[in-house]
Amino acid sequence: MPLIDTAGLQKEYDVIVVGSGAAGGQTAYTLTLDGAKVLMLEAGRNYVPELETAMFQTPDQAPLRGASTLDKEFGFYDATVDGGWQIPGEPYSSASEEKERKFWWWRARMLGGRTNHWGRISLRNGPYDFKPHSRDGLGFDWPISYEDVAPYYDKVEMLIGVHGDNNGLENTPDSPDGCLLPSPKPRASELLIQKHAKKTGVPVIAIHRAVLTKPLDYKRNAALLHPGNPRAQQLAADGMRSRAPCFWATPCGRGCSIKANYQSTTVHLPPAMASGNLDILANAMVREVEMGKNGRATGVVFIDKTTGKELRAKARIIVLAASACETVRILLNSKSAQFPQGLANSSGNVGKYLMDTVGASVSGQIPALENMPAHNEDGAGGEHVYAPWWLYKEQKAGKLDFARGYHIEIGAGRDMPSFGAAAGLANFTGGYGKKLKEDMRRYYGSFISLVCRGEMIPNEDSYCEIDPQSKDKYGIPALRFHWKWSKHEERQAVHSHKAFTEVIENMGGRVTSKQDLLPGGFIIHEVGGAIMGADPKKSVVNQWGQSWDVKNLFVTDGAPFPSNADKNPTLTIMALAWRSADYMLAAMKRREL
Amino acid sequence: METFNEHDGVRVDRRTALKWVLAAAAAMQLPKPTFADSMVKSGYGKDPDILKIYKADSLWPLTLSKSQRATATVLSDVIIPADAESPAASAVGVVDFIDEWISSPYPDSVRDKPVVLEGLAWIDAESQRRFKKDFAGLSESQRAAICDDISAANPKPELATAAAFFKRYRSLTAGGFYTTPVGMKDLRYVGNVALTSFDGPPVEVLKKLGLA
Repeated sequence: MPLIDTAGLQKEYDVIVVGSGAAGGQTAYTLTLDGAKVLMLEAGRNYVPELETAMFQTPDQAPLRGASTLDKEFGFYDATVDGGWQIPGEPYSSASEEKERKFWWWRARMLGGRTNHWGRISLRNGPYDFKPHSRDGLGFDWPISYEDVAPYYDKVEMLIGVHGDNNGLENTPDSPDGCLLPSPKPRASELLIQKHAKKTGVPVIAIHRAVLTKPLDYKRNAALLHPGNPRAQQLAADGMRSRAPCFWATPCGRGCSIKANYQSTTVHLPPAMASGNLDILANAMVREVEMGKNGRATGVVFIDKTTGKELRAKARIIVLAASACETVRILLNSKSAQFPQGLANSSGNVGKYLMDTVGASVSGQIPALENMPAHNEDGAGGEHVYAPWWLYKEQKAGKLDFARGYHIEIGAGRDMPSFGAAAGLANFTGGYGKKLKEDMRRYYGSFISLVCRGEMIPNEDSYCEIDPQSKDKYGIPALRFHWKWSKHEERQAVHSHKAFTEVIENMGGRVTSKQDLLPGGFIIHEVGGAIMGADPKKSVVNQWGQSWDVKNLFVTDGAPFPSNADKNPTLTIMALAWRSADYMLAAMKRREL
Repeated sequence: METFNEHDGVRVDRRTALKWVLAAAAAMQLPKPTFADSMVKSGYGKDPDILKIYKADSLWPLTLSKSQRATATVLSDVIIPADAESPAASAVGVVDFIDEWISSPYPDSVRDKPVVLEGLAWIDAESQRRFKKDFAGLSESQRAAICDDISAANPKPELATAAAFFKRYRSLTAGGFYTTPVGMKDLRYVGNVALTSFDGPPVEVLKKLGLA
């Protein structure tokens, strides 16, 4: 993808977008296809999925059989560049030494950010998820409802391509006709789980993932996405036509060189680039937003990582889409006489109410799945089914000892053997020799994992701030995290263990391992830190992601989330980014911004 | 299934599209500068070349001496011997892999290195003690006598360290073997090939599970 260098920077842009992942990609797409001139600043390097995705490589072609290391935490072929939970020269800290009070911050310093490797799970928040405080008195309501966001969910699904079914289940929204692509058929193990989960009332249904199970209907979708804008329709259609549907091989976490799944780099950025309205500058590490005398932001200060020099870029509107915590960091580092506590922080809430997802799991061995005849279960590169939260009525009746719910993700099937899986299976079988080989054949593919992904309620003890002691190698003050799970999350994890054990035992299996509640940041669904609300005294941004304090400053990543439903946040980030960008375009046309 | 070429709108099949991808990858230079170093000294770093095909000694000097290698080879092949379906572990480079593994600078490797080296020394010493020969020189039944003892469900207390070594060595051997195309085939893994459709489980599988 052609990018500019610092010499190519224009004097001023309509909009600067900081970050190039789901939020930055969607924001830039919407703005540029409607004619706005946008500069995108990415802290990491350029990344070209078509050229550098290890699609069919086998582990024996990688160092250490592709096993995860401190340099590649999700394995050698994971599509994360210059990222992970630790990056040399880019420290962060936790205020507490206690293990359960530390926060783990995953970053990816690359064009497209974490969208290159993410799980592609694309679930809509339901109506309850926008009004959680009204339902149980905990946390915060959003200043918007499901109906406000639904049209944008429709658009994002049609643009990026999401497969899934409509099941009409409580707080698990159906999509209008024409939004979803057909679901892939469930794998054998998934069907078996579905059958036995039913016994305890757990509904296992088709998951929604951002993978093309067939080509997008580019003419229809482009016309619906960009009514009255033939140029945008053409660009959107060209982008859709450049993507091949899934060829039912290779894990999505490696990225996708045929563009069958959604990555910002293969879906959002190509049409935006083709519009001629987008400049992308990589290796640009933004330090702060600069303010003018009129109370408006004038631009950003960034470090050009190729030279180490401090540079500036200017625009009418500044959008932070750097990921929730990085956005908080930029706001808090944008101190001035006018804003001694950091920018957009008159509420004092920048950095507050950081949330992740509750993660816990139970694995089991299922005798019925032993010695299965050989068959290809690679499928769509991730799970084909899941179970949405199913105990709304029991919860309402006061039968559960925690608030909010979790969905169940499912790990099962005859995946390509990994180093860890093969090594672990040998520990399971024990022995050696020909018997070991027979046992390996017998048990391979007979394990399942049921994984809890639950809602965390925002609390006063989970937040981030600037660490007065620590700077990164670019001289930018680093973040310090505070973290605490509440009883709700802890009890949710315990509940999931019981429910999952029942399913495994109903399958005739036995539990082989349990994972208790994982530390904060482990699920990499961090949101909050610049929450949206209806009251400027209690929130950082309004329903459009617009700062209450600085009218031409917007946040379109996960930072504005005032709650973190069990639904994975990426689809909602994109829907809200599109909605914010529409608002910016209208405000620019009205000359308000 | 057909798809479209982004450049000229010509319809092409997926195999052709794949060929283009591979050709483009071969012809073009990848983005160059990398900025994050490794988390450990002499690690491969946060931005390694992931398309390169690595050999055991591509990144780090190997560790095993000739005699250690001989012992390791025999032990790997005791754990995964040749049978009617697949060759022995050493035939697909498992000893090279174990050598690579214990030679890397990452924490798991650093932890495993003394376990493996001391374990290989122990098994030779034990072979000498019992049979007056190195492990590689033992008969099949003599090797089994030692391996049965250290792979037992409840090994004798004085064999605890040797049993821990055997367990780890077995997991390294299996992890090395079953991640090769030969090992995957042995497990009846038949994926990692592009398909035009995904049809779900075959009828025989559904029948076996009582789902047909």
